[in-house]
Amino acid sequence: MANRKWVIAAILALATTVTGCRSDTPPAAAAAHANAVADTGGSRKGDFGPPQGEPIEAILTSPPEVPPPTGRDYPAKVIVNLEVVEKDMPIAEGVNYTFWTFGGTVPGSFIRVRQGDTVEFHLHNHPDSKMPHNIDLHGVTGPGGGASSTFTAPGHSSQFTFKALNQGLYVYHCATAPVGMHVANGMYGLILVEPPEGLPPVDKEFYVMQGDFYTTTKYREKGYAPFDMQRAIDENATYVLFNGAETALTGDNALRASVGETVRLYVGNGGPNLVSSFHVIGEIFDKVWYEGGTRYQENVQTTLIPAGGAMIADFHLEVPGSYVLVDHSIFRAFNKGALGILTVDGPENLAIYSGKEVDSVYLGDKVASLASVQTAADSAASGTLTLDEQIAAGKSLYTGTCSVCHQDNGAGLPGVFPPVASSDWVKSHSHEELIKVVLNGLTGPVKVNGEDYNSVMPPMSQLTDDEIANILTYVLNSWDNGGGQVQRDKVEQIRASTPRAEGAAH
Amino acid sequence: MKTRTLLLSALLSTSALAADADIWIRLPGHAAFASVLRWEDQADGVKVAPFELMRTPISNGDFLRFVLHDPAWQRGRVPAVFAESRYLEHWHGPVQLGPGVRGTQPVTRVSWFAADAYCRAQGARLPTWAEWEYAAAADAEREDARSDPAWREAILAWYSRPSNTPLPDIAQGTATVHGIHDLNGLVWEWVEDHAAMLVSADNREQGDPDVMQFCGAGALSTDDRENYAVLMRIAMLSSLQAADVTGNLGFRCARSIEGARP
Repeated sequence: MANRKWVIAAILALATTVTGCRSDTPPAAAAAHANAVADTGGSRKGDFGPPQGEPIEAILTSPPEVPPPTGRDYPAKVIVNLEVVEKDMPIAEGVNYTFWTFGGTVPGSFIRVRQGDTVEFHLHNHPDSKMPHNIDLHGVTGPGGGASSTFTAPGHSSQFTFKALNQGLYVYHCATAPVGMHVANGMYGLILVEPPEGLPPVDKEFYVMQGDFYTTTKYREKGYAPFDMQRAIDENATYVLFNGAETALTGDNALRASVGETVRLYVGNGGPNLVSSFHVIGEIFDKVWYEGGTRYQENVQTTLIPAGGAMIADFHLEVPGSYVLVDHSIFRAFNKGALGILTVDGPENLAIYSGKEVDSVYLGDKVASLASVQTAADSAASGTLTLDEQIAAGKSLYTGTCSVCHQDNGAGLPGVFPPVASSDWVKSHSHEELIKVVLNGLTGPVKVNGEDYNSVMPPMSQLTDDEIANILTYVLNSWDNGGGQVQRDKVEQIRASTPRAEGAAH
Repeated sequence: MKTRTLLLSALLSTSALAADADIWIRLPGHAAFASVLRWEDQADGVKVAPFELMRTPISNGDFLRFVLHDPAWQRGRVPAVFAESRYLEHWHGPVQLGPGVRGTQPVTRVSWFAADAYCRAQGARLPTWAEWEYAAAADAEREDARSDPAWREAILAWYSRPSNTPLPDIAQGTATVHGIHDLNGLVWEWVEDHAAMLVSADNREQGDPDVMQFCGAGALSTDDRENYAVLMRIAMLSSLQAADVTGNLGFRCARSIEGARP
């Protein structure tokens, strides 16, 4: 009923617009009320008044750690001290790169505040820096996101204050010209503005951020890797990495959790250029706060993270093992380094995931279209099976089953697998004997077309009576084998009268 | 005291021996130089009149001689409005370089005011941005090498390295076609009109206030958007106040030539 009322309201609103009349209840107000049910009010409702209590020094963490929840139910003044450091660090094993960092790491320190908090932000540029730097926080309401207020020469500090009006997970980055180079050198990180009620509690939280890197050297070329502006402009990345190094989340640095835990990933994408198709191999995100916003989607395989964007993903762990974080633009994962590992320990749960149960031969495109097999089976059932249908079905089945050894052309392999084409052995044996070979296999010396064979053919008793009849009919009518038609009843009869080897099918 | 006197006399004698031509290089100038900055009144290029520029940046030794001559510019005596607290802090004393600080290294941690005073004391001035950019556009073979990707890459490579290692001595590399050393690849250098490139919080009402300060703004006010190498130098200079010093910012002087026209 409620829905119907709103439909009527909407129709009224349309009518009012068209006629230009004014009703007693302005339709705009009705529409606003309808939206209020669904949205958070954004920045209009993000100001919870002046900061209360003593100022709080924000806990900043290096990736992959995440600061603890603020646990507050009031707006506070939060002081953030972030230092810009230009430093050499490994980008891959044996490869060094000069990163420009917020807090000495790539990505920069994770900042966590609560919606409505007043954040007093101090940006310090280390005296050894060659470059001026600043910071644009996407969680800031105001021109430049703080960039114009934080332009800081080497050996200087800047301060500005903002109120975190919008909840969500936001990227911050350096915005000094040329922005692309500053970002490409690793100057980005995440700031989480918790909703007033906080996020649902989880067991483990991790901080991961993707970035693309451009070097004059090749991928994994040992030594020092200088930045390559032209490759950056061409968007031709040398490396695509999680947390700024190929080894940041692998080996001893793998993320760790246990079966039964719920894990939350805060994943950002610094870019500068590439959009991430973020995926965890072997897991399904139970929830994704896509784009780092307020709503979550459920049951997600791969989620898109724009450059300069972020998302939050929760998933519960049922099965132990290694889960691989990738950018599913998959060459980036296997050829540019976009790989991370989440190692999950705990008891196996075979009911959910068995591990490998069977390793069997798979013939791929050897299995020809089985349409003819179906036709033959249908005809057999209705008693209208023709010789041609049997041959056609038999050909498909032969291709899928027999040709591995006897070859597509029936010639076999000299000395190893005897021929079934123009075979004196086939021609000199009865249908009954041929059926027995298929059902029971054949082991030991045989002479075919003048050549000796001494090998093993396994029983093919997994084939149905129809299938064996069709295969043999095909063989008899091909390759100058003299023709003939094998009836399924005959196969059934022989199968029934032949003792099966233990363990063999049927 | 004795050491100081000896050092001082050594420096003075070196200076006395140095011919004027060893210090100053005459540059022909340019009738319409294509600056990376957009000059509203000179749309077709900046007029750079012939001028003289120092062959090398000012060294620690040069600057020590200056502060001995004019004690008002010694560390500890300079008013804070002219130089911040880290002015010449890498020297061991107000008039002593000390171990690890060579007289042949470029002087750094000097404010714009101090650089300006130094040049005035030589009967000279700081170069303008246009003069500096014009001089620095040259490489060993060409007057204007800026369109060469290799030239740009070489400069960017220097930018991308932090300044956490001791500075090399001056004039170690190849001179430009004009005979000038170290314009790129050694230290940042003050220019006379650095404050004119700076759009500070004080003059926000003039056009787009944040024009050089963040994001794509740099690209809006520059003519040569591809030339990040030069753009980054402007960004660096515009981040500074005139009393600021940094560990990799020095200077050199220029002289006008009377009656010279572009």
